[in-house]
Amino acid sequence: MSNSILEGALIVESPAATTVMSMQQALNRALDEVLAENPKTLIFGEDCGRLGGVFRITDGLQAKHGEQRVFDTPLAESGILGMSVGLAMAGFHPIPEVQFDGFAYPAINQIVCQIARMNYRSRGTLPMPITLRVPSFGGIRAPEHHGESLEALFAHVPGLKVVSPSNPHEAYHLLKYAATRPDPVIFMEPKSRYWQKGEVDLARHDAAGGSPTGAKVMREGRHLTLVAWGAMVARCLQVAELAAEDGIDIEVLDLRWLKPIDAAALAASVRKTRRAVVVHEAPLTSGLGAEVAQLITQSCFDTLRAPVERVTGFDVPYPSGDLEDEYIPNIDRILFGIQRVLEYKRG
Amino acid sequence: MDTLPVASGDAAEPLTPAQLRELYSLMVAVRHLDTSAIAWQRQGIIPGYAPELGQEAAQVGSGYAVDTTRDFVFPTYREMGVARTMGVDMVAYMSTHKATWHGGLYDPLESRLAPIQAVVAGSVLHAVGWAHGQTLDGTDGVALTYFGDGASSQGDIHEALNFAAVLKAPVVFFVQNNGWAISVPTERQVAGGSVAARAAGYGMPALQIDGDDVVAVVEATRRAFAHARAGNGPVLIEAMTYRRGPHSTSDDPGRYRSLDEERDGAGTDPLERFRQRLLADGIADEAFFAGALAAAKAEEDQIRTGIQALGSRPGTEMFDLVFQETTPALQAQAANWREESEHV
Repeated sequence: MSNSILEGALIVESPAATTVMSMQQALNRALDEVLAENPKTLIFGEDCGRLGGVFRITDGLQAKHGEQRVFDTPLAESGILGMSVGLAMAGFHPIPEVQFDGFAYPAINQIVCQIARMNYRSRGTLPMPITLRVPSFGGIRAPEHHGESLEALFAHVPGLKVVSPSNPHEAYHLLKYAATRPDPVIFMEPKSRYWQKGEVDLARHDAAGGSPTGAKVMREGRHLTLVAWGAMVARCLQVAELAAEDGIDIEVLDLRWLKPIDAAALAASVRKTRRAVVVHEAPLTSGLGAEVAQLITQSCFDTLRAPVERVTGFDVPYPSGDLEDEYIPNIDRILFGIQRVLEYKRG
Repeated sequence: MDTLPVASGDAAEPLTPAQLRELYSLMVAVRHLDTSAIAWQRQGIIPGYAPELGQEAAQVGSGYAVDTTRDFVFPTYREMGVARTMGVDMVAYMSTHKATWHGGLYDPLESRLAPIQAVVAGSVLHAVGWAHGQTLDGTDGVALTYFGDGASSQGDIHEALNFAAVLKAPVVFFVQNNGWAISVPTERQVAGGSVAARAAGYGMPALQIDGDDVVAVVEATRRAFAHARAGNGPVLIEAMTYRRGPHSTSDDPGRYRSLDEERDGAGTDPLERFRQRLLADGIADEAFFAGALAAAKAEEDQIRTGIQALGSRPGTEMFDLVFQETTPALQAQAANWREESEHV
């Protein structure tokens, strides 16, 4: 599975400079380096210290950087995020963790009413350089509230930025980038991809010189653009491989930043392919796919050959593990979406 | 109730006559500005205000214990008396009630006062984080955070008290129990009847004090600061007081309490009480009181003039102050707004 990502992702990078590692290792390494580079960074949350987090993303960091820099908090998400605000006011760069996506809900007041607004409320005098790590999305047969996709909710809140890496290389570089920003960033880690290995070029984020805040073409194609983020990028790359067997040449665009969305990259890709399907795990209605579709429509209305299609989760609570595969967009459903766009006939 | 170990050093020093007179002057200034702000609202100078009538002793007394060279204060929207006592620019502070800018126009870092915000209990956790930051930095600053009997029902208060106690963070939690959360009285709000009593569950020392006795408030707050500053962890103070006025200029207390109840609950006016005490102790005379009132009036006059002169903030600030690093979408919206609203 990881090979298919690599073929799409790393086109021209020198093999000598790359290291193979899992996303868990890449995130761990990024955090280690951020702690070493900026003495004001702090990592904390539930079980982040001694245990190294339930996903081991912070493994070994407390032993290396000390209990003052990497520590466990009581089990209370609002407390973790509220405390982050005060630490940011005191000049720190907190990198708190919410253990699972669904546990961000108890902290919504602090995220939406406080973190997102403090820079504005204080007229820029109290920036909130907070990088909130959220293990996100589904795919691991976890209990309820452990498989949520909150990007549309966060993206809707003025004052927040939202990003999600799709592979170890992106995870390493996007986390290092996010953790040095002066604004709050919700960092959504696709937990189903934590253990997939891939090549990481530690020296360079984007060999082509692209912006770290932009989207990234993971595979070039001529017939249709698949837009995705997080764990869905790898799936879309698989779909592209399969479609290629039928002579359909698909471009896969990893959106990466879900706020701000790289509208120019969407426009550039779809102006070329003239067709687009957006894929996400979150429920359909008012999902981020609607925003993507509108941005594409706005920039590419004249060249679009078909309405932008959305292949997404359903408007249902995230189901139990047994039904997970029925919910998350799978290869067949994405292929059907592609087919609908390719076969679209103007009225 | 007092479970705070007896502190040593400067906390125990009695207030000098000059300090007592200063406290009175502050209370008169706050009283006059507070009652004037209601008049401003009626006159259309400001759209709304949350008065603190009757809480002058609690606010001036606690604010008086703050050392603005190293401490930081986290208010709600009803801490005008604290802000004035700390020496915050009051035109910039009152601008929040002019609807100029939500957090007020004062510089929070320079003023050592966090921006005003309206989600009660929301800022209490910020105080814990800021205070823990002082521990990490090795400074001896203390966070003073305010909330009321109503906010004590919020889950964030529990989280804040627990986090502070676990982290041994230098925080003074100052509860103004003014008897009312808009229309709901304390007995329907605070199970067990006392917020201070809850501190025991966190292993945290607490004081329940007469919040209408300004000297008692200063002394209690100084003791709490000394305790927290010495690295002994947080303290909770519950100052028992009474909200003599409405919740806000939009509120009508006649719908939920009678004038008789109000009289009984309010007790003696804290300002009048302090005046009688200063007279009895020979610390101040009528000439001093008259001078303090005249100074308060002159100050209010200046602040009102400043408030009336405040124009709206430029609309570009809506866009420019969202992020430190703006986004293309926000820039596009700002450009669009400029074009369609300012016609440039």
